[in-house]
Amino acid sequence: MKAKPRLAPPAVVSGRVGDAVQRPDAALKTRGDFPYSSDLQVAGMLWGATVRSPHPYARIVSIDAEDARSMPGVQVVLTHEDVPGRNVYGLEIPDQPVLAMDVVRYWGEAVALVAADHPERARRAAHAVRVEYEVLAPLTDPEVALTEDAPKLHPDGNITRRIKIRRGDQNPRADVVVTGEYEVGMQDQAPLGPESGLAIPDDGGVDLYIATQWLHIDRSQLAGCLGLPPDKVRLTMAGIGGAFGAREDLSMQAHTCMLALRTGRPVKIVYGRAESFVGHVHRHPARLRYEHGATRDGKLVYVKARIMLDGGAYASSSTAVIANACCFAVGPYECPNATIDGWVVYTNNPPCGAMRGFGSVQNCYAHEAQMDKLAAALSIDPVELRIRNALESGGSLITGQVVDGPVPVAEILRRVRAMPLPPAVTSEHLDLTQMPGGVSNTTHGEAVRRGVGYAVGFKNVGYSEGFDDYSTARVKLSVVGGRPRVEVHTAAAEVGQGLVTVQAQIAGTELGVHDVIVLNADTQVGSAGSSSASRQTYITGGAVKAACEAVRERVLALAESELTQLSRDGAGGSDDWRLENDAIVSADGTAVITLATLLGEEVIEETREFRPRRTSPLDPETGQANAHMQYAFAAHRAVVDVDTELGLVKVVELATAQDVGKAINPQAVEGQLEGGAAQGLGLAVMEEIQLKDGVIRNPSFTDYLLPTTLDMPPVRIDILELGDPNAPYGLKGVGEPPTISSGPAIVAAIRAASGRSLSRVPVRPHDIVDS
Amino acid sequence: MRVGCTVNGGRVTADDVWEGESLLYLLRERLGLPGSKNACEQGECGSCSVYLDGTLVCACLVLAGQAEDRDLVTVEGIGSADSLHPVQTAFVEAGAVQCGFCTPGLIVATHDLLRRVPQPTTVQIREALAGNICRCTGYAKVIEAVHLAAGRMGSS
Repeated sequence: MKAKPRLAPPAVVSGRVGDAVQRPDAALKTRGDFPYSSDLQVAGMLWGATVRSPHPYARIVSIDAEDARSMPGVQVVLTHEDVPGRNVYGLEIPDQPVLAMDVVRYWGEAVALVAADHPERARRAAHAVRVEYEVLAPLTDPEVALTEDAPKLHPDGNITRRIKIRRGDQNPRADVVVTGEYEVGMQDQAPLGPESGLAIPDDGGVDLYIATQWLHIDRSQLAGCLGLPPDKVRLTMAGIGGAFGAREDLSMQAHTCMLALRTGRPVKIVYGRAESFVGHVHRHPARLRYEHGATRDGKLVYVKARIMLDGGAYASSSTAVIANACCFAVGPYECPNATIDGWVVYTNNPPCGAMRGFGSVQNCYAHEAQMDKLAAALSIDPVELRIRNALESGGSLITGQVVDGPVPVAEILRRVRAMPLPPAVTSEHLDLTQMPGGVSNTTHGEAVRRGVGYAVGFKNVGYSEGFDDYSTARVKLSVVGGRPRVEVHTAAAEVGQGLVTVQAQIAGTELGVHDVIVLNADTQVGSAGSSSASRQTYITGGAVKAACEAVRERVLALAESELTQLSRDGAGGSDDWRLENDAIVSADGTAVITLATLLGEEVIEETREFRPRRTSPLDPETGQANAHMQYAFAAHRAVVDVDTELGLVKVVELATAQDVGKAINPQAVEGQLEGGAAQGLGLAVMEEIQLKDGVIRNPSFTDYLLPTTLDMPPVRIDILELGDPNAPYGLKGVGEPPTISSGPAIVAAIRAASGRSLSRVPVRPHDIVDS
Repeated sequence: MRVGCTVNGGRVTADDVWEGESLLYLLRERLGLPGSKNACEQGECGSCSVYLDGTLVCACLVLAGQAEDRDLVTVEGIGSADSLHPVQTAFVEAGAVQCGFCTPGLIVATHDLLRRVPQPTTVQIREALAGNICRCTGYAKVIEAVHLAAGRMGSS
């Protein structure tokens, strides 16, 4: 019998759209009994380890694995020569080798692999692999990468993508002009679960148990790299310890499969934290130069922006990130004239790609700082200035796209402004934990100034620029133990966001059945697309809804044909029948027949794909297009206390208003708003991957600082449900907007408290104290 | 080497333990208790919090050999086989669990807090759980869960 690791058993979920339904996996998770990808075990399993480059840029002269191969417990050492298929992969541009061949382009790039019977033996053997390098000077400045003299890191040069957006007058004049240059550091997604997976060879192919954001794109990349037909590469989702963009690209997938196929034994790879920092892409560091022109009464006349993203060594999803950064460069405002120039370039820094907010986070720091500068120059209240320029329904973006449906930019700003402010900290009730510096006892209030700041942001939901956005759902209705049961099967990744209840709630609502089971995701059903771009509730939710509608149609047809033989007195016309409470009921709510009776042994199964509105590519010269499918908006207000002598910041409170269209699971929506804001806070004041000459200096949770309970304040939440007429149930994607404007609001508040211009995030103590 | 200890009330032994192995590895890979999580393996995130002779520790910072003849309680030992502990129930109900990778550590740390301080203030909760990193929730529902558990345990 085929070896299989233990996965979480599917559990029954009961609930309807709009209910605060508890996660079926939550109890298991609280008991420590939920199997994450790093927990998996099967008999005879080996451990894989990866040999990584100690240089950001070097030519590989030779690889000598002889010593490593002879070490105790070592089964195999593999190099680029052992890659069975194409030694290259990538989400959008296949430019990244599975194992480096002749050159390494970033610090930590994978060069060779080891499998051994104990993880420590594997790690020691990895250290014993002797790689001779010819070290090259790393290209680490994206501006230098653009120059003629820069070394070309890839055959087509160093520009991964160039974006131009041209709207309206390209030489506009304005009463008031403000300019600014901004910089955003490199943020890590830091999902707590490390990259990990278990590959089991079988039947000339491989079964991979993996934590990923998109099973099918992993599979298509793996099939190419492994030289196998896709049906020989079977992926099953294992428990995912967070993602936030970090699991969109391959990490150890191809490596563990190669080791398993070569040794004929199951192989598990689990990264440690330091390795995780080089094992996934990061949020692009950005340099942004902006010029805003406005009339004297505060209406935007134009925005000119130059946006430079450092893509690092390989493309990942850079081409889409720079498109977002440019499309949303102005923020959710009406702006008749725009000149936006964006570049994302290759360097020898760690590769960058997807992270929650995906291009909109970087530009929001810049456009919101600019709006505050403009407000100051015009002596207009910053919130008022934003409201005067707020995008409205029927208004258009700088890409020319008309935004339909509710566009409550002004409304969410008014709402966060109207929320009560937290009380000032008084010296009579001094609580050190509430002070900047906390229990380090650095101040009892001396030199502490309070500041309040606002920001609003937006981004697209779903894929863009004509990419075929769809998801697949299989829904089965049968009778189990005398009760009707719905099984929902998709390949969509439950990364922690709560998709597992969303799918069950939709099925429960559409089919009126109490017992719904969401099966574990795998590649035995069609693609769901990725759990990214805030899209799964919309797209996979839409697919589940469509499949349920197809099942319902068959159930009603069956009922009609079965019941023609029976009296229908009191049952009304079958046109009015619906499914509710495990039965078919008539318009007045009378049960016509229970589903258990109607179905008996019959199983009704339907599979459907769901596609939202099509999008189209950006015009290469003007950037004009209906490039996006839906937009989601959030506003934040931040209150901070700043020790202006020491540069320490205490974020006292965040307040947010966000239109979610329809809260499918209100408790999970709150969780997204709170958790997303915490990641925004991290980038604003704590989190940065610090690079020196391409080397990460802080690849650990000791040195890369994540918000804790003492850093993250309470969040006041106002959830609007305005209903998007185009979307299932009127819902909007929820996950990303909280991460976009939370950080810029915090920085605005620090500016207000400290009087410093603060053009760079994360804000460091010396940015506040020096200048 | 052989390591013998008490885990969740039962005597266990593991053979062929390498001297450099952590208690976390011993629990996860040799004793079949993967509930304690491997997030930072540096004592920063609290995901592997366990009781060692009644004291809350990060299992990643304890050598397996140090557990010899000691008494361990892991997240698997907080509830009983057929029912959740009130702390666990509160986390489920409050929506304090998203990806859940930090959850086992938070459960043990909360259990420890409520043992010492049955009715903690929000400030005490924040201070006590500052060694447990959660990347998903922003902590609001975690704090809510601790209050919920404290309320129920205090009234029972």
